[in-house]
Amino acid sequence: MNTQAMRVVVVGASLAGLNTVRALRDEGHTGPITLVGEEPYGPYDRPPLSKEFLTSDAGHESLSLADTSALGLTELYGRRALHLEPRERTVHLDDGHVVPYDGLVIATGAGARSWPAPRPAAGVHTIRTLDDATALRHDLRGARRRILVVGGGFIGSEAAATVRELGHDVLLAHQGPAPLHRPMGEDAAFFVAELHRAAGVSLLSFATLTALHGQQRVTSVTLNDTHRVGADTAVLALGATPCTEWLTHSGLQLDRGLVTDAHARAVGADGRPHHRVVGAGDVTRFPHPHTARLLSLGHWSHAVEQARTAARTLLNPYAPAVYRPVASFWSSQYGVRFRAVGLPMEADRARTLELDLERRRLEVAYYRDGRLVGAVTANRAGRIAQYREQLADDLTAMASA
Amino acid sequence: MTERPVAGLKVIVDMNLCESHGQCVFAAPQVFAFDEDDILVYEPNPDVSQYKKVAAAAAACPVRAIRVEHGTEGDAPADGPESSR
Repeated sequence: MNTQAMRVVVVGASLAGLNTVRALRDEGHTGPITLVGEEPYGPYDRPPLSKEFLTSDAGHESLSLADTSALGLTELYGRRALHLEPRERTVHLDDGHVVPYDGLVIATGAGARSWPAPRPAAGVHTIRTLDDATALRHDLRGARRRILVVGGGFIGSEAAATVRELGHDVLLAHQGPAPLHRPMGEDAAFFVAELHRAAGVSLLSFATLTALHGQQRVTSVTLNDTHRVGADTAVLALGATPCTEWLTHSGLQLDRGLVTDAHARAVGADGRPHHRVVGAGDVTRFPHPHTARLLSLGHWSHAVEQARTAARTLLNPYAPAVYRPVASFWSSQYGVRFRAVGLPMEADRARTLELDLERRRLEVAYYRDGRLVGAVTANRAGRIAQYREQLADDLTAMASA
Repeated sequence: MTERPVAGLKVIVDMNLCESHGQCVFAAPQVFAFDEDDILVYEPNPDVSQYKKVAAAAAACPVRAIRVEHGTEGDAPADGPESSR
């Protein structure tokens, strides 16, 4: 069909969803676009939720990513997609709406991993949505209290830093030897641990949450089955799970995420890509030349860049765009700016070029089979571009080899 | 003949917003860079040949701190890529 008349439905009013819409319009698509979002808000920025949003009084408008009125959309917020009928090309929403499409964009993101066992009604938080962060922020107001943060990933580490800056007593319990050990390796994790210690955060390594206690409100938790710790508030940063439940019977390949190919097309159960169904952002798992496994990335720039590919592929099904990114991500803790490129988590060796606790500077390069796969810096943003360039050149060389 | 704006590119970065994410340095390394203290430095009037890269830099900025004006001779500064958003 004429792609100009194509009715596009974007499920997920996320960064990836919004950027797919933008790219479709930038590429000249004038046909109808429907943007569906589970939350009652239009697309907003999530990175501040574990950082400055918790310390401010700003309302949700402050996080808005765009004035969507200029994009000519039908916006359906506060509605969840229940299932997908790819043969009929319809998306079924929880309010009974059945939305037909010619082209579908799956950008439902990932949700905070929930606590599977019983838990107290109050004082237990996750940080994924605006409502999550607003509830946590409310709980952090007032006098100094004991806040337990569980999880040594970026959200847990950032939340611990932010809560500490609010003046509370913070215990950060994490599974590895140090926070961020898994995504950034030993030396960078040591650096992060030292930042936490210097700020007065208590760290508990090799700790797994096994129970939450309290009648109404949380009063304590159990770690590693035996270690009881008192807490007035618990922040659970246990990782993210892709939101693919609504796709269970869709015939699309799901493997800890929506499997997409190098063109951002959803892959069917038969292994063949769909030409009219694309995916972008946290929800996808996709192939990448720098790793043998399918990759899922929760990064801001991944959502933006894969969205662009998804839009182009949808508009040019016979000449689909290629998604072969140099990943890029960042974090901010205690005012220290971490900047990273590539896939440090895929490395088998790390080389530390600078680790200066006094000046709070860090530079680590990551290799796999002797080949550069990533780099991390802290307060050394000027050093990161050269690694990014090298990774980009390497990907180009691999593509033309 | 009256004076007219010179054809060219104008880049404006709101340094109050800039958090040195570096996405602009990746997208347009001839225009954006960091100094030794991680402060962004940039060429405010880059060559027009840089337009695509500078536009990509503006679009990639996570805090939307970059504005690009593409002035053409005789025109008021035209809309940058930001204004179509």
